[in-house]
Amino acid sequence: MRPPAASSVAVAVADVNRREPARLDPVASAAIELGGAAVTVGGRTIWSEATLEIDPGEFVAVLGPNGAGKSTLLRVLLGQQPLTAGTVSVLGSAPRAAKQEIGYLPQRHAFDETTRIRGIDLVRLGLDGARWGLPLPGRSADRRRVEEAIELVGAGDYARRPIGECSGGEQQRLLIAAALVSRPRMLFLDEPLDSLDLPNQTAVAALLNRICRAEAMTILLVAHDVNPLLAHVDRVVYVAAGRILSGPPGQVIRSETLSELYGSPVEVLQTSDGRLVVVGQPEAPHHHSDRHAHP
Amino acid sequence: MNPHFSLNPVTDFHQLIVYPFMVNALEAGTIVAVMASVVGWFMVLRRQTFAGHTLSLMSFPGASAAALVGVSLSLGYFSFCVVGALAIAAGSRTAGRRDFGQESAVIGTVQAAGLALGFLFLSLYGGILENLEELLFGSFLGITTTQVHTLAAITIGVLVFFLVAGRPLLYSTVDELAADARGVPVRLLQVAFLVMLGLAVGATAQITGVLLVFALLVAPAAAAQQLTARIPLSLGLTVLFALAIIWVGLTLAYFSAYSLGFYVATIAFALYIACRLSRTAVERIGRTTAAPAIA
Repeated sequence: MRPPAASSVAVAVADVNRREPARLDPVASAAIELGGAAVTVGGRTIWSEATLEIDPGEFVAVLGPNGAGKSTLLRVLLGQQPLTAGTVSVLGSAPRAAKQEIGYLPQRHAFDETTRIRGIDLVRLGLDGARWGLPLPGRSADRRRVEEAIELVGAGDYARRPIGECSGGEQQRLLIAAALVSRPRMLFLDEPLDSLDLPNQTAVAALLNRICRAEAMTILLVAHDVNPLLAHVDRVVYVAAGRILSGPPGQVIRSETLSELYGSPVEVLQTSDGRLVVVGQPEAPHHHSDRHAHP
Repeated sequence: MNPHFSLNPVTDFHQLIVYPFMVNALEAGTIVAVMASVVGWFMVLRRQTFAGHTLSLMSFPGASAAALVGVSLSLGYFSFCVVGALAIAAGSRTAGRRDFGQESAVIGTVQAAGLALGFLFLSLYGGILENLEELLFGSFLGITTTQVHTLAAITIGVLVFFLVAGRPLLYSTVDELAADARGVPVRLLQVAFLVMLGLAVGATAQITGVLLVFALLVAPAAAAQQLTARIPLSLGLTVLFALAIIWVGLTLAYFSAYSLGFYVATIAFALYIACRLSRTAVERIGRTTAAPAIA
């Protein structure tokens, strides 16, 4: 639960950062830092010797084959999964301490028609769902903030419809609003493009890019396919073969880099419309094994 | 004096409260309707109606154990419902999160075990349960003042739980992973909710009988959620529906020869059908007047 004193301090810090962007401070600490980090789940080392530095305000795509440990990386950064070696710091402190500063959008199945609450209620729960009390209409400041978040994702037209009756793309926008509404400094999204059709994937990627720049927010997005994100992301974090590699998309998604990462020949091909296709990447041995591990 | 229904509501009301047993029945019915409907609203949203059904059947081993040991029926009901709730809560999570498949398997197992225990207690008791029909289909004739006080105390406890934990419970119902990441104690809330469900079911079964608990637990919430997705309105309608069902049911049972359980269940069923049909009608009209929404 969010202790009132701590939360007001946290909000104050966030507001100060907003007014004085990180670029004014050349020695601003990284938003996320991993140093020689390793994770073992159920006796299997997911990845090790991971060193990573992400600057505040970066839009980052986390890529890699199924079961390579992308979701595990998010869970480490959320403080839900301890490291077996190395260090991790989020916003300059331990992940658990930074929890209130992170908006998190878990990997999910869509809401079906039986979920009889409205989109706006879901967004509102993102703001005050962790507070004790009844789910009744609350303070007008909170209501305004909910409306702002809905505006920001462009969900005004359908926010008052039952969420189960919204399309996949609409639900995804409402979920993003729910993750944004508490004004976090970072946003973690676990495969938000997964269940969307191509036009919606592109639109959501562009929306996140806009939010990243407008709100000076650090965004980490786990994805299967880099292509809808290529035009938008500053950095790619590639999780594969028990290692984590990070850099600008053009440097990481290259035949030489990925071949070295996998330790086997991998080719990155570019289609005539600029899309990247990775050929020959071996799938991780334990298919999807990281998603349901939730100790 | 045999009661005769007249068209004058004042006379009818006076006739209703002539006998103390009827006053007790009205009080107990009102109390139980409020508790069952609020718990039922969350239960329907959480898709735990099977758990509610199983917990209501726990009243059978509860009643036979009470007869065997020689304690009050209420004590038997409540203790078995709560134990059943704890058993379901203990078995229904996989790797720390709600697992719907496993949950229903566990609930089915608990149900079978409970019924077997009830049969065992009955054999050990040697006799037949005197009020088997009452147990199964409910009665309003024998409700004592002590019973009313017990029901009131339990209802106050249950309502305080929702006053305090309603919002985080809703958050963990709608988006458990996001709620967990924000620090909502989702595991604790799940156990606590099942215990509240056990208490509500144990109380409702004393009025409607074991088999017709659904009339007050499921039908009002399911009907209200058909009509609206607005949380306060939907909760309010749920409580109103439950009160209407029990009041009309008691009145009809009092002025006629048929049992309370029959009336309560029939009214509840009719109400649900009416709400379902009106939702379909409203959606039809909406579809013909408005252009279909585009994602």
